[in-house]
Amino acid sequence: MTVESTAARKPRRSSKRASAAGKPQSSEPQLVQLLTPEGVRVEHPEYAIDLSADELRGLYRDMVLTRRFDGEATALQRQGELGLWASLLGQEAAQIGSGRALRDDDYVFPTYREHGVAWCRGVDPTNLLGMFRGVNHGGWDPSTNNFHLYTIVIGSQTLHATGYAMGVAKDGADSAVIAYFGDGASSQGDVAESFTFSAVYNAPVVFFCQNNQWAISEPTEKQTRVPLYQRAQGFGFPGVRVDGNDVLACLAVTRSALERARRGEGPTLVEAFTYRMGAHTTSDDPTKYRHDDERQAWEAKDPIQRLRTYLENEGHADAAFFTALDEESDALAKRVREAVRAMPDPEDMAMFDHIYADGHALVDEERAEFAAYQASFAEEGK
Amino acid sequence: MAAQKLPLAKALNESLRKALETDPKVLIMGEDVGKLGGVFRITDGLQKDFGEDRVIDTPLAESGIVGTAIGLALRGYRPVVEIQFDGFVFPAYDQIVTQLAKMHARALGKIKLPVVVRIPYGGGIGAVEHHSESPEALFAHVAGLKVVSPSNASDAYWMLQQAIQSDDPVIFFEPKRRYWDKGEVDTEAIPGPLHTARVAREGADLTLAAYGPMVKVCLEAAAAAQEEGKSIEVVDLRSMSPIDFDTIQTSVEKTRRLVVVHEAPVFYGSGAEVAARITERCFYHLEAPVLRVGGFHAPYPPARLEEEYLPGLDRVLDAVDRSLAY
Ligand SMILES: Cc1ncc(C[n+]2csc(CCOP(=O)(O)OP(=O)(O)O)c2C)c(N)n1
Repeated sequence: MTVESTAARKPRRSSKRASAAGKPQSSEPQLVQLLTPEGVRVEHPEYAIDLSADELRGLYRDMVLTRRFDGEATALQRQGELGLWASLLGQEAAQIGSGRALRDDDYVFPTYREHGVAWCRGVDPTNLLGMFRGVNHGGWDPSTNNFHLYTIVIGSQTLHATGYAMGVAKDGADSAVIAYFGDGASSQGDVAESFTFSAVYNAPVVFFCQNNQWAISEPTEKQTRVPLYQRAQGFGFPGVRVDGNDVLACLAVTRSALERARRGEGPTLVEAFTYRMGAHTTSDDPTKYRHDDERQAWEAKDPIQRLRTYLENEGHADAAFFTALDEESDALAKRVREAVRAMPDPEDMAMFDHIYADGHALVDEERAEFAAYQASFAEEGK
Repeated sequence: MAAQKLPLAKALNESLRKALETDPKVLIMGEDVGKLGGVFRITDGLQKDFGEDRVIDTPLAESGIVGTAIGLALRGYRPVVEIQFDGFVFPAYDQIVTQLAKMHARALGKIKLPVVVRIPYGGGIGAVEHHSESPEALFAHVAGLKVVSPSNASDAYWMLQQAIQSDDPVIFFEPKRRYWDKGEVDTEAIPGPLHTARVAREGADLTLAAYGPMVKVCLEAAAAAQEEGKSIEVVDLRSMSPIDFDTIQTSVEKTRRLVVVHEAPVFYGSGAEVAARITERCFYHLEAPVLRVGGFHAPYPPARLEEEYLPGLDRVLDAVDRSLAY
């Protein structure tokens, strides 16, 4: 029996299946939502938010440009310009909502998929592509935008975020730290250890888990027997599940968690319930494990479309705005495409650079040997 | 305090105290490092004097200890973390190898990670499983890490100061069976560079190269050989990454024979690295192949067998004889 035929007979998340797996009734808890999939504004007693039309358009613009950047990167991978790309398609609201909740002095520890958060931090998107093109392993200075390097080993960065937050608390500063990770990474020991450390030291950190339902081919059911946000309780801090396709709710919930951290009340786990609409990465083939119905159901909850509907219905944005944004998107895509193609390969000797801050005799020796070896070709050619 | 006789453990304690005093960014972190002062008492009294904010008792989670130390270093702190025993570093190995070692390079040098990981290592104290291992080669193999081990109290004091001042991550292996050995420590001396080897004893016929706990054994072997009319030079490597090959080379060019001694298994061990490089550098000077003495390709044995497993005087002297027989 193939996975596909199972999925065809019954939806993956049916209550029947859930109870068969012995899951608790509360496995589908209420999401914090401020904007329905139909684009209707709703209120939540704990998470009030009042944004101007300008701010709403700003969030929309961020999501559209991020999606366009992401799409362009996917295309560049298909054209052989990038070795790999991890698309955020569908996760724009989770990333822009949380990213726009941050203050400049806050510090971000991303995974490898936080292109929207990087956008909010003012990181030039072309900087993100170096590692996927293979010209570096990160390359930007994290302290410029308080945006740490992408972390490929899943979950590791949650500990770095916790340690950094412990340092913030020691400094007596009121900034906060945010750590991004996925539902798959939630199974890693490092994530559990970061929960322990942050709770014990009351560190000002927000754990932002984007539950996009899949970790490559492994569904969330393979990671946890309780809804992820409920894990926090066992560590002694609050967890909240937010509609990850609702940019307003993501903004409000993250802002509230960050404020809590700033007040010295410790960590919060935010589970943004969302969906990875594309493949895990450009190397992945989701048709082998995932049914199309699922994606279609989530497309109806698209984060960008719902904000657009709201903007249009409320008269917050006119046709000129959308046209101008289309043009801006095209320009961004063009700039990214050109920048990637123009990205120089690193110099041969670069592999010996920056291994140690204070130098290392073996590195010096091997650099000299390799330089002499390379130079021998030049001499031969003479 | 100027020059005085201290056990190696106390020298480390004084070194940490000095570091905490000198630089407010230095932090001590680890399991039981606070009130207890660590299971070997290396951090004894430090929490009392510097507070829980500087000398931090951590949850029992090694990956968490190193991972949060990385975050603290990114925030501008200089964490010195204690791993309770050699065999317990492995839960943190991922953070050390995939994160700590590489982050400076990944940021093209824009960030520094001055983290020291202190690991009491090696056997000879009759301990239970996972308390007597010598995993130094596993760390020395990783680019981005520096790996050192003092063999005496003075080096313990100074090398730890230097490791803490280094902007690179340093894995600091402490020879636990030497913790109680006393030595002269001059806290006002000007120490040599952290990664230079030291000629611990001059000799003419053969060089013994060792580090950490085996330096003492090699010095004893050299003394015993002296009685048989053999003049043995002993080089204390002090640093396993980088290795000061120049000092070993100078010694071998003089003595023309080299035996490398360590507790760790010989197979893929640091002795292999020294043998290979010195063979390359000194091929025409050598009168005998470089020999190695060390542990076996076996899990560290139960305490009742460790005498057989650890290189002792006789195994070192046997290798000396074999080398001299060429
Ligand atoms: C420690 C580790 N194991 C395996 C991998 C390979 N890998 C990369 S991403 C991934 C799935 C991660 O899923 P999740 O945490 O849910 O994040 P998502 O990619 O879905 O955003 C895996 C298994 C890895 N990067 N790190």
